[in-house]
Amino acid sequence: MPNAQDVLFRTLADPTRRALFERLCREGEQTVAALTARAGVSQPAVSKHLGLLKQAGLVRDRHEGRQTHYSAQLGALAPLVDWTSQMAAFWEGRLDHLEDLLKRMDQ
Amino acid sequence: MTQAAIETSSVVVEREMPFPPEKIWRALTQPHLIEEWLMKNDFKPVLDHRFNLRGDWGAVDCQVLAIEPNRTLSYTWAAMGLESVVTWTLTATSTGTHLRMEQSGFRPDQKQAYQGARYGWQQFFAKLEQVVAR
Repeated sequence: MPNAQDVLFRTLADPTRRALFERLCREGEQTVAALTARAGVSQPAVSKHLGLLKQAGLVRDRHEGRQTHYSAQLGALAPLVDWTSQMAAFWEGRLDHLEDLLKRMDQ
Repeated sequence: MTQAAIETSSVVVEREMPFPPEKIWRALTQPHLIEEWLMKNDFKPVLDHRFNLRGDWGAVDCQVLAIEPNRTLSYTWAAMGLESVVTWTLTATSTGTHLRMEQSGFRPDQKQAYQGARYGWQQFFAKLEQVVAR
């Protein structure tokens, strides 16, 4: 089973997909048509990218008439910014270095 | 007391070390020694002194909050949208020192997650693209 970070990295590794997500973060909810107008790729391509972003939990869609509106889900980024576990791993590694240094020091 | 109700979390790492507190204290407070196990820095063991820790991924802004030789050292730690406080506590034991590091003050709210993501992303993905391109 792929972990949440793998899915997020894989989904956001694509520059077009990342640009779409960043635009939704910056500018708020938008329709597929509005996103396509500035994406530099066809509407089916934009829809496919949005589908993958949705699968990763990074965006949410909302249907209104014939239009589909997409918005960014910032909470989906939490696994990338889980500071407590990142910092715990960081300090464990640094304390290993500290112990090595203490062994080398005089006295 | 409502101000203090903000939810925070902390990271604690503890080790028993077969060295006296005085020796560990030197490694925690002398810049050339700090550099060997943590990062390049311009630390000074002086209350309120502002300093940076510099890694190849960026810098951490710090300020000394408390200092009691061979016993406790506390400084702020600000990097990538993360504001926290690092506190070292040294307790002499019969075999050496009990060393405790606590980093506290993480606020797991969305604003911080967003700030962290915003600052962290460019580096995350620049590296990812290099790896993928290999």
